[in-house]
Amino acid sequence: MRVSSIQTVTDIRAAIQAGVTAVEICQQFLDRIASHDGPIHSFTHVSADRALKHAAAVDRRGPHYPTLPLAGVPIAVKDNICTDGIPTTASSRILDGFVPPYDATVVERLTHAGAIVLGKTNCDEFAMGSTTEHSVSGPTKNPWNLDRVPGGSSGGSAAAVAARLAPLALGSDTGGSIRQPAAFCGVVGLKPTYGRVSRYGLLAFASSLDQIGPLALTVSDAAILLQVIAGRDPNDATSANVAVPKFEAALGDPLASPTIGVPWRILEDGVDPSVSSAFSAAIDVLETAGATIVDVSLPHTEYAVPVYYLVAPAEASSNLARYDGVRYAYRAPNSGADTTLGHLYNRTRHDGFGDEVKRRIMLGTYALSAGYYDAYYLKAQQIRTLIKADYDVAFKRVDAVAMPTTPTPAFKLGARTDDPLQLYVGDVFTASANLTGLPALSLPCGRNGSDLPVGLQLVGRAFDEGTLLQLGLGYEQQAPWWLDAPPAAAITRT
Amino acid sequence: MSPVSTILTKTDVKRIAALAHLELSESETERFTRQLDEILTYFDRLKQIDTTGVAPTTHPVTSVPVMRADDPHLSMPRDKAMANAPDSDSTGLFRVPKVIG
Repeated sequence: MRVSSIQTVTDIRAAIQAGVTAVEICQQFLDRIASHDGPIHSFTHVSADRALKHAAAVDRRGPHYPTLPLAGVPIAVKDNICTDGIPTTASSRILDGFVPPYDATVVERLTHAGAIVLGKTNCDEFAMGSTTEHSVSGPTKNPWNLDRVPGGSSGGSAAAVAARLAPLALGSDTGGSIRQPAAFCGVVGLKPTYGRVSRYGLLAFASSLDQIGPLALTVSDAAILLQVIAGRDPNDATSANVAVPKFEAALGDPLASPTIGVPWRILEDGVDPSVSSAFSAAIDVLETAGATIVDVSLPHTEYAVPVYYLVAPAEASSNLARYDGVRYAYRAPNSGADTTLGHLYNRTRHDGFGDEVKRRIMLGTYALSAGYYDAYYLKAQQIRTLIKADYDVAFKRVDAVAMPTTPTPAFKLGARTDDPLQLYVGDVFTASANLTGLPALSLPCGRNGSDLPVGLQLVGRAFDEGTLLQLGLGYEQQAPWWLDAPPAAAITRT
Repeated sequence: MSPVSTILTKTDVKRIAALAHLELSESETERFTRQLDEILTYFDRLKQIDTTGVAPTTHPVTSVPVMRADDPHLSMPRDKAMANAPDSDSTGLFRVPKVIG
């Protein structure tokens, strides 16, 4: 295999078996970033020297290194995940110049597995957004069409994988931030069950919703990455003490006759016709491959957006209180007559946070403030219980619930920047998995007439990522959309 | 014609911004009032649902509280932990402006 045609982890494993070094593979991806990331802007920081040094260390392990699950596999890491010695800003001005003094648990596990961190990827500020336009370093573009958004907030990670600039990437998903950009960019994205992956070292947005997860070109690559990052971590008390199955091995042993539920009722309104037709075709493929398709009812899912946009901002308003100009990075310069500490906080947060972050901090502060708590926050938490109950009923009959990942394909840059509510409503199919903690997989299921990808989403039982990966692989084998690379990619189909 | 504000006023937004330690200009206050009012108006649909007697979900996966052994261990060196502070001194203190104006 030529190094220049490497795309997946499977390719890299074969290349290393054939004698290619980790340094050669690393250099190949660094070269692709240098030559192709300019117009896409998926990376905000490329740590080339460090990556090559780590690759050389993997090579020095000699005959043992191929036994590591990600030996010599380059990976891109979303900029809200701490990397020791590599700047981590969550695409916010308020963290300009912040260099974490420690690695997130997921990054530590990647290093132990032989993976090579290439750099940090662009995102919406503090992971708040679904376009990657709310970034202090400017927007990421969709590799399928540079006039379109890549989705968000993990838009840099999704675009980097789609453009073949990294075989794997880490994202984080609070209301759809892995799955929605995966759908817009035509790659695989998985939000694990809440608690499956440690959040230690993830810059907290909404602590009861955030999960780190994989983005990859193929389902089996996503399974390999999940395997490495999953499992209990003493540094995250909310990481679950639940056994981690052998995801990759289980892929070869698919469910004999799975049952998949489709909530047809909630797909009747507000879904773009090109998304509906790609989704229906994907359901037909799953049925032909042996799945039984049944109708399920998720009556409270239509309230997932307002519930999510009360719960998540409420948690964010608390989590982001720590950015005050005292302990980390940016501090606003003194101005005017008021030189008190309170004024320093107010100025720092005014200058340091972008509009979307301010909106959400204020929304959350309002929902938690005296006199409004019961009407907004408590009410949202109660409806969260009802959304969860709908899924509990559905999972008595089905192994997974299928729906489109997003109601529309990628839209134009700038199209929704002045209309936050319209952006929020786009999270209608993704937010319920975070509110319930359930795992959810998005995989490419076709492209519309403008050659923009459409995503199929499968939601599973708690801690049953294995079933989602098996169903996803079954679909991918029938419909390998990932083989087509986007026009802006570093390599096209070989 | 733009919708009449029914839930949130500029006074509310100024109060919330003060609670959240956010300084806002006059034009920012106006813009955020309009946008947040539109968002909260949309959220009004939650009132349609009867939640009498429904327990709130604060955490998606219920589990017992996790305890760890209370063993002493080394923590991160102070200078490393404070390296990102915009203004600190060698004795391990953050330097800030006076607290009371």
